[in-house]
Amino acid sequence: MIAGRPVVEGEAEGEALVTHDALSFWGGYDFQTGEIIDKHHPLAGVRAAGRILAVPFSKGSSTTTAVLLEAVRAGTAPAAILTTGADSFFALASIVADVMYGKSFPVIALEPDDFARLRSGERLAVERDGTIRYSRSAGL
Amino acid sequence: MLTLSDRDQAMLNGDHGPAPQLAMSILVRMAGVYGARELMDISQAHIDSTIYLGDATLEFAERLASLGARVAVPTSLNVSGVDECGWKDWAVSPDWAAKAARQMLAYEKMGAVPTWTCAPYQTQMRPVFGQQIAWGESNAIAFANSVIGARTERYPDLLDICCAITGRVPAVGLHVTENRAGQMLLRLAGVPPVLQQDDQFFPVLGHLVGKLAGDLIPVIDGVTAKPTEDQLKGFSAAVASSGRVALFHLVSVTPEAPTLDAAFQGRTPEQTIDVTSADLRAARAELTTADGRELDMVILGSPHFSLAEFRQLAPLVEGKRGDPRVKFLITSSRLMKEMAAEAGVLAPIVEFGAQITVDTCILASPMLPPEIRTLMTNSAKYAYYAPSLLNTRVTFGSLADCVRSAIEGRVVRDDSLWLDA
Repeated sequence: MIAGRPVVEGEAEGEALVTHDALSFWGGYDFQTGEIIDKHHPLAGVRAAGRILAVPFSKGSSTTTAVLLEAVRAGTAPAAILTTGADSFFALASIVADVMYGKSFPVIALEPDDFARLRSGERLAVERDGTIRYSRSAGL
Repeated sequence: MLTLSDRDQAMLNGDHGPAPQLAMSILVRMAGVYGARELMDISQAHIDSTIYLGDATLEFAERLASLGARVAVPTSLNVSGVDECGWKDWAVSPDWAAKAARQMLAYEKMGAVPTWTCAPYQTQMRPVFGQQIAWGESNAIAFANSVIGARTERYPDLLDICCAITGRVPAVGLHVTENRAGQMLLRLAGVPPVLQQDDQFFPVLGHLVGKLAGDLIPVIDGVTAKPTEDQLKGFSAAVASSGRVALFHLVSVTPEAPTLDAAFQGRTPEQTIDVTSADLRAARAELTTADGRELDMVILGSPHFSLAEFRQLAPLVEGKRGDPRVKFLITSSRLMKEMAAEAGVLAPIVEFGAQITVDTCILASPMLPPEIRTLMTNSAKYAYYAPSLLNTRVTFGSLADCVRSAIEGRVVRDDSLWLDA
C-alpha cells in the first residue's frame, strides 16, 4: 500500500505503466489509439489507454491538457495518472473532463521514494483518498 | 485554504453570467491543485486553446462562446488548426478546415485579438518586464518569463481562457518573485566562442538544457555570444519541447540575471552541471533523425518566422531557385508576412520557390501530403516534434544549410564547426 495525495480524487483499477521520463501528451500521445508516440520517449509504441500511468510530470506543450481531454472523450485515456508532484496539466484535463463530460480520472501525487517503488505490470487500485493498493487479481 | 475576493465569489455564484461562472469554477478547482491561498489580477492573456485537435477542443470553445464568454483583459490568440485562407493548397480535409475555423470563430467571438501566432511576443501584444500575465504555449511562456521578464505560470490549454475570462490567476508559482530564483546551474565549460556564434548554437543548447533541467529552473552561465531575439526564441522553443522549462536565466543576457548571484536570488544551486562541447554535439545529433541525403521539404518557422528572419533569409535566396522537387515552406503569422512584403523581403523568397503558410503550422494542421517523408529545418521544435507527430524524418541544420539543400535538392550540411567542437 502506498499513501498518495489526491490531486484530483477518483477511483481506478488497472495495470501499472511506469516511466521515469516526463511526457508531453501533444506530440507524445495519440488520442485515437491511446498509444504513446513520442519517439524520444522510452515508452514509444506502448498503449497507455486504460492503464495506470505513472509519469513523474508533464513536459513540453501546453496542449498536453487538450490531448488528454480528447482522450477522455474518446475513451482512450489512462485510467489514472500517478506523478511525483501536483501536475497542473494532468489535473486540469481531469477537471475539465468532469465539467464537460462528467468523466474524470484520478490524479495522485506520490512521494518520490514511493514513486520509485512502482513497477510496470503490477495491478493497482487507486482509492478515493489517494491510497494505492496492490490489487488481488494479480496475486500480490 | 483558498480565500476568494467578493468579486471572485460573485463570479462563482453566477452574478457576472454563466461564462465567468464556469471559468471561475474551473479556476477555483485549479487553485486547489496549485495550493493557492488567493487569486490575483492579470493584465494580459495568450490563448493556446485555439489549437483544434478534435471534438473536445471544439466543444469546449463553443460551450464558452455559447455562454457569451468575453475576455476581461487584452488577449492574443495562438496558432489554430488551419490556415484560414490557404488550406486548400495543402492536404487539409474540408471537414477538418471547417471545424478548425469554427474553433477560431469561437475564440474571436470572445473578444480576443486574432493574432493567430505562437510568437505573440513579436506582435503589438508583447508584454513588459514585471507584467502579470496568463500565457499558454510552451515557447511563449518560456520567452515571456525569461527574455522579457513578464510573469506567467506554465499555463495549459483550457485554463488560459478561464484566466482571460475572469482576469484572475492563482497567486502562486512564477507570478511570485521568490519562486523565480534559479535552482540548477549549468556551466558552459570550454565551449569556444566560434561555436557559440553559430546559428545552431542556441536551439541546440536549449534542447540540451530542457533535458537536463527536469522540473528545476535552469541558470546558464558562460554564454559569451550576444544572442539575437530570434535566437532566444529558438532557445525558448527548444527548452520547452525537450523539457518542461517555463523560466530560464542566461547570465548577463536575460533581465533577471545580470549576475549569477542575481539569477539565484543569492541562494545556492541545488545542482551544478558542466556542459561541454561534446554534450552539445550529442544534443545536436539527437535533433537529426534522418540519414542519407533524401529531402522532400525544407520547413522554417517554429516558432513563427519573424520579420527579422525574413530579412535574414532574403539575401540568401535572392536571384536563386530552389530545386523544384523540394518544397520550401515557411510558417508565420499574417502580420509578419505582411510586414515582410512591405519591407520588400518577401518577393525574393517567393521567387526562390518558397511557400508561406499563416495562422498555423505543420504540427497543428494536417496539411502535409503523405509523400513528404523527409524534412530539413533550423528549428529545434520542429525537429523534436515532427518525427512523432508527422512520422517524418528530420535533418537539423543552419539556415544557410537549409537554403543550400533546397537548391541542390538533397541534404547538404556544413558540419565543420561541430565536428571540431
